[in-house]
Amino acid sequence: MKKKPKTPYKEFLLQGNEAIVEGALRAGCRFFAGYPITPATEIAEAMSVKLPQVGGTYIQMEDEIASMAAVIGASLAGVKSMTATSGPGFSLMQENLGFAIMAEVPCVIVDAMRGGPSTGLPTSPSQSDVMQARWGTHGDHPIIALCPSTVRECYDLTIKAFNLSEKFRNPVIILVDEVVAHMREKITIFEDEEVEIFNRIKPNMPPEWYIPYVDTPSGVPPMANFGEGYRYHVTGLTHDIRGFPTSRPDEIDPFIRRLFRKISQHFSELQFGEFYETDDADITIIAYGCVARSAKRAAIDARQKGLKVGMLKLNTLWPFMRTAVEKVLNTSKIVIVPEMNMGQISREVKRVNKGSTKIFTINKVDGTIITPQEILARIKEVG
Amino acid sequence: MSFRYDIRLSGSGGQGIILMGIILAEAAGIYEGRHVSQTQSYGPEARGGSSKAEVVISDIDIDYPKALKLDVLLAMNQKSCDDYYMDLKPDGILIVDSTFVKQIPIARAYQIPFTRIAREKFGKEMVANIIALGAITKLTDIVSPKSMEKAVLARVPKGTEKLNKDALNAGMAEAIKARKNILPFVRSEREDEDT
Amino acid sequence: MPEITKLIHKYLRHDKKFPHVWCPGCGIGIMLGALIRAIDRCGFTKDEIVLVSGIGCTGRLPVYVDFNTLHTTHGRALAFATGIKLANPKLKVIVVMGDGDAVAIGGNHFIHAARRNIDLTAIILNNSIYGMTGGQYSPTTPYGMKTTTSSYIHIEQAFNISELAVTAGAPFVGRGTVYHAKLLDSLMEKAFLKKGFAVVEVISHCHTQFGKLNKMGGAVEMMQWQKDHAVTVEKAATMSEEELKGKFKIGVLVDKELPVYLDEYEKIRQMAMSKKEK
Repeated sequence: MKKKPKTPYKEFLLQGNEAIVEGALRAGCRFFAGYPITPATEIAEAMSVKLPQVGGTYIQMEDEIASMAAVIGASLAGVKSMTATSGPGFSLMQENLGFAIMAEVPCVIVDAMRGGPSTGLPTSPSQSDVMQARWGTHGDHPIIALCPSTVRECYDLTIKAFNLSEKFRNPVIILVDEVVAHMREKITIFEDEEVEIFNRIKPNMPPEWYIPYVDTPSGVPPMANFGEGYRYHVTGLTHDIRGFPTSRPDEIDPFIRRLFRKISQHFSELQFGEFYETDDADITIIAYGCVARSAKRAAIDARQKGLKVGMLKLNTLWPFMRTAVEKVLNTSKIVIVPEMNMGQISREVKRVNKGSTKIFTINKVDGTIITPQEILARIKEVG
Repeated sequence: MSFRYDIRLSGSGGQGIILMGIILAEAAGIYEGRHVSQTQSYGPEARGGSSKAEVVISDIDIDYPKALKLDVLLAMNQKSCDDYYMDLKPDGILIVDSTFVKQIPIARAYQIPFTRIAREKFGKEMVANIIALGAITKLTDIVSPKSMEKAVLARVPKGTEKLNKDALNAGMAEAIKARKNILPFVRSEREDEDT
Repeated sequence: MPEITKLIHKYLRHDKKFPHVWCPGCGIGIMLGALIRAIDRCGFTKDEIVLVSGIGCTGRLPVYVDFNTLHTTHGRALAFATGIKLANPKLKVIVVMGDGDAVAIGGNHFIHAARRNIDLTAIILNNSIYGMTGGQYSPTTPYGMKTTTSSYIHIEQAFNISELAVTAGAPFVGRGTVYHAKLLDSLMEKAFLKKGFAVVEVISHCHTQFGKLNKMGGAVEMMQWQKDHAVTVEKAATMSEEELKGKFKIGVLVDKELPVYLDEYEKIRQMAMSKKEK
């Protein structure tokens, strides 16, 4: 008989998409607006069942533009909110994603990546929205994007996504590929499990003293919800610290710089990943999402063949995990970046490389996952 | 070397392939406490396109979540049998629904007419997948009949418990019959190079 | 202090750097006046009002008033408002849009908001043109008129915003003009008190662009045009189709009861909770 853990727990066989829903509800999400799209639809379906059970609200909007707008509206009214989509819908959300960044409205967007461009491969996996997450909306802007590679990480990173969005008043994107979104794995949730939940910081001064977009040491201004007595103006126009539109250069510049600084000065809080046997590795594979699982397998198999291979798994894609990547670039002779796209993260790895490390890529764009054998073959080829 | 067991269930959309994958994964993962990952691939059609579910069972964390070389292949139609039998390990188990699979690519295969049994014995083609799960349980011993029964009953609609339990038992009984007719596995003199 | 001055002091934002962006003679100011008077008469507190807008001349309206104000992206105001209302049903959510905002880029959101019947008020200022960007044709520019993008002649048919709202299922639809200011006050008041999705179309003028390009004169002449072409619903009932040609109706066009979204959703919550308990 297997020894049971002391605390009561539940074991579930959950899909990645279902684990995202569980994580969101655990984090306090009480509003979901979305539009059906493969392979993210299971999130909307589960939300439509579960949100009303906890007093929350689910609504299916007329398109993804409206979904993103409703999510921002709900968050401004004080409710933790999210939406979920795939590449084509994510493109439609970019307009209002920019609004959320500009107006500093916390929210979470899940993009279950499928093959593109355009309608592409609705039911097949891909990792080709990495750059859409980074630069999809127009204008200079900071962004946070997390990428799970297991069902458990879908749960954990969704909680983190809500916490980070509340803390930094910035949208957080969860980039999950179709494999992880649809994969089922066992996850164990302990009923008395302590989960750190962060709620937005509210103003503690009287309304007449409230300056909604004032700079603070953290770079994040306190946020009043609509209806709480702090009547202020929210706009997508570049605004002054009171929230009113401005065209004064001396007000615009500090505002845009603060948006970046509130993320960049908390860089170390935003780095999630895993080093697997990288310390003595001659070859390190840098991977994320479902490919990180193939990469780990390839590293294990390579070690058995006597090759010193390690893996760096990236769970944070944006802001780019420069420090972690630099670490393996300094210790490894060769870095291999396998991706289900034509080279989006490898471009970043090359950007931070100082020149001494050889960087090779594996780019698979046929709608199938990169296998351990393919990575192993590349290791043998370049090693 | 740690234990890893790779199963692929395949057929066409509407045959309940993905539900089989979920039930099998729950039987092994939840009721037997093993590590499991279940993945799938499917076309845009809800009915009629090809459908594939894979279950990997292990005693440690599973890295690569899709099936590598197959320990078990279930083919519920001819096309999936033709497409996937090459992925079997030399000692891998091929189980086919002989209602639809008429050409058997390898000599050693379990041929059970799941759909015909479902139609004739239960009057419902939709239980063919549960009958097949019964056969997989008996032919592989990867999960116990008890765990499989719990997993099936947890996933089927209310009011159909008896039907599905009977279907599962029918599958197990058919498996025992089929096992008698199968050729014994003999390892080839020459070691396979590509295993 | 006269009544109107008191209202100005009560509702306008004094820390906002006036003057406003609108041209002298613009109808948006009259609409803003009607909006403030109606809100005041309904007795809403400033904290419970959320005023949402999109982009364009009308989109700039919320910044001047002391409510919770939200100036969103072009056409999306109703979708933002939907999220606000569902997240906090206690808030009174009012949306102001222009014609391009509401029925061109936001046309899809508009018909679906009407169909869903969420408790929102949509006020649409219809001046038949894109004013802020310099006078391009909008979905309500009449056939045969001139704009900067139809400088030869406009060849498309115009949307009738109120009829569109009726067809899409809005339970309250009213139309007024900025000339008939008192009617506008009462239409807005009725719309604010209506439970469900309420639409008020406000016929206005853009003498800076539309008037100039079509030689219709200034603000005064264009308001005279409104006076001459508007017919009350009551009077229209007594007129023949021939007599109504070229005119438009003002007043309450539709006022009916339909299930309201949030009441219905509360039923869903009850069903979901009882299912969960089982």
